[in-house]
Amino acid sequence: MEINKISEEKQKNILLKVLEVLKTMASRPSGFIGLCILVFHILLAFLSPYLAPYDYKAIDPTLMLQAPSSEYWFGTDSLGRDVFTRTIMGGRTALTITFFGSLIALLWGGLLGIFCGLVGGKIDDVVMRIVDAFLSIPWILAMLLIVSLLGTSIEVLIPALGFFYGKGIVRVARAATHDVIAKDFIISARARGHSNMSIIWNEIIPNVRDAILVEGAMRWSWMLLGFSSLSFLGFGVSPPTPDWGLMISNARGLMSFAYWAVIAPIVGLSSLIIGINLTADAFAKALGIDRSTKAPV
Amino acid sequence: MLFLIIKRILLGLITLFIVSLITFVGTEILPGDACTTYLEREAYGAALEACYKRLGLDIPAYERYLSWAYNVIQGDFGYSLSGQMPINEVLGPRIKNSMVLASAAIIIGIPLALVLGIVTALWRDKLPDITISTITIFAMTIPEFISATLLILIVAIWLQWLPGIVIVPTDVTFFELLPNIILPVISIAMIMTAHMARMVRSSVIQVMATDYVQMAILKGVPYWKMVFKHVLPNALLPAINVVALTIAWLLGGVVVTEVVFNYPGLGRLVIESISNRDLPTVQALAIILASIYVSINLIADLMTLMLNPRLKSLQIRK
Repeated sequence: MEINKISEEKQKNILLKVLEVLKTMASRPSGFIGLCILVFHILLAFLSPYLAPYDYKAIDPTLMLQAPSSEYWFGTDSLGRDVFTRTIMGGRTALTITFFGSLIALLWGGLLGIFCGLVGGKIDDVVMRIVDAFLSIPWILAMLLIVSLLGTSIEVLIPALGFFYGKGIVRVARAATHDVIAKDFIISARARGHSNMSIIWNEIIPNVRDAILVEGAMRWSWMLLGFSSLSFLGFGVSPPTPDWGLMISNARGLMSFAYWAVIAPIVGLSSLIIGINLTADAFAKALGIDRSTKAPV
Repeated sequence: MLFLIIKRILLGLITLFIVSLITFVGTEILPGDACTTYLEREAYGAALEACYKRLGLDIPAYERYLSWAYNVIQGDFGYSLSGQMPINEVLGPRIKNSMVLASAAIIIGIPLALVLGIVTALWRDKLPDITISTITIFAMTIPEFISATLLILIVAIWLQWLPGIVIVPTDVTFFELLPNIILPVISIAMIMTAHMARMVRSSVIQVMATDYVQMAILKGVPYWKMVFKHVLPNALLPAINVVALTIAWLLGGVVVTEVVFNYPGLGRLVIESISNRDLPTVQALAIILASIYVSINLIADLMTLMLNPRLKSLQIRK
């Protein structure tokens, strides 16, 4: 009974804290705009199948490259598909894949970083050398290689993106751990005879959580950028699934006379990435973390 | 000092060694080897065995790694499967073209980023800062392929000022290449400038808030003298490393930009060799791009060491 009460109170506190952070984020104009864009895109991702006026994969040769009209708001593409339908549905796959990808990146990168920071010594040296080596291979080369050999299914893309965007988090989590590790409460936990696991769980994670979460939010926007680049190059979502990167690359060749088929997905993708970026920035500021002097690694 | 430099170089070499292991093991673990992926449906019987023989894939993996690594150290990357010629001959003109692109972007980007960063920091939260900062956020966050596509649409198609895509053979002379690189350079320089300007801005703001700058203001040092003598030297030093990391990070983005503009550089070679399943070339590219990344970081590290006497003692203590 007592224990239930305590955990209930704890949950309430977390909720309150989340609300408070959201309030601080929305109090700055850039944060407010970012949150609005992000919420709009998430709602759109859930609702677009019900809102779409046409079938996203219905091909009609008689309707090729129609200019925007009252019937086809954003015109039609080179296969006669409705651009409006495909644009509002174009973020669903990318948002889902990158969301789960960044969760994976956050988990493995954060835990490995904390572990390395705490243990130090030889293990830390070896792991950091390997992380450095992975960092120096351009992500796009590695991703393209994996995708071209293993295929573009979700089961390949999510873990691969999660892995390649997590290695930067290892460094951040390790540095954040180094900052708290010399503090008194860690030393006293050690003196009380707590195990490494217990110290990580009870002492370190609550103190580095904010830094890692901010990094994760930032990774989400980079991963979205990376994933749409893959789609653009033809190594991401496979047709006929509507996806902004893929739509831009398909319509690009004909944009001298059908610019609408390029502009619509460009607006969709840019607004989503800017929205996530502004939100992540506001999130960092609300938690009091300065990211502006860091390189995008 | 000398010890420190040697240590940095050694660390870089170790990183490159691990990179070579990762690329070799990676292409080994992933399903399909150079022959099955290259021959695709014809990968059986005599053709497959002949291919194995020709590429020496019939000997154990560790022996192949050793001989491959030995050749790479001597500057020989082996034989390209799709181009049917030595990889070195494929790489040569590509590296030159990419260097032209990158150096043009850096030459434009770094001074511009310095000016923009300093201006936004000195007029913090005033109109110049708000305008420039908003533009940099847009330039930074929008994917390379979008800004490149928009540039082509506006400048090449609507205004018809410049050629939209590069249609030149891989081995053109520098002056034939020049008019073709304007748009790709703008699109790379834009993103690079935005990233660096933001870092310069926050670095200058941090230094402006320090005690010694406040002291200089109180002492009545003229504003611009204070900016050039006290603020900038201290603000720009830490930016070197971050600028290097940014340049290195943009290597991935250059791949996409080169594809959009059809530019015959290293980036397009990455896509081509992966589409053609040309694994030996992919391995060579991984090593080369990783070496560029490691050397840019190394140069930045050494530059900060040379320029900042304080850092020397700091790092030795570490």
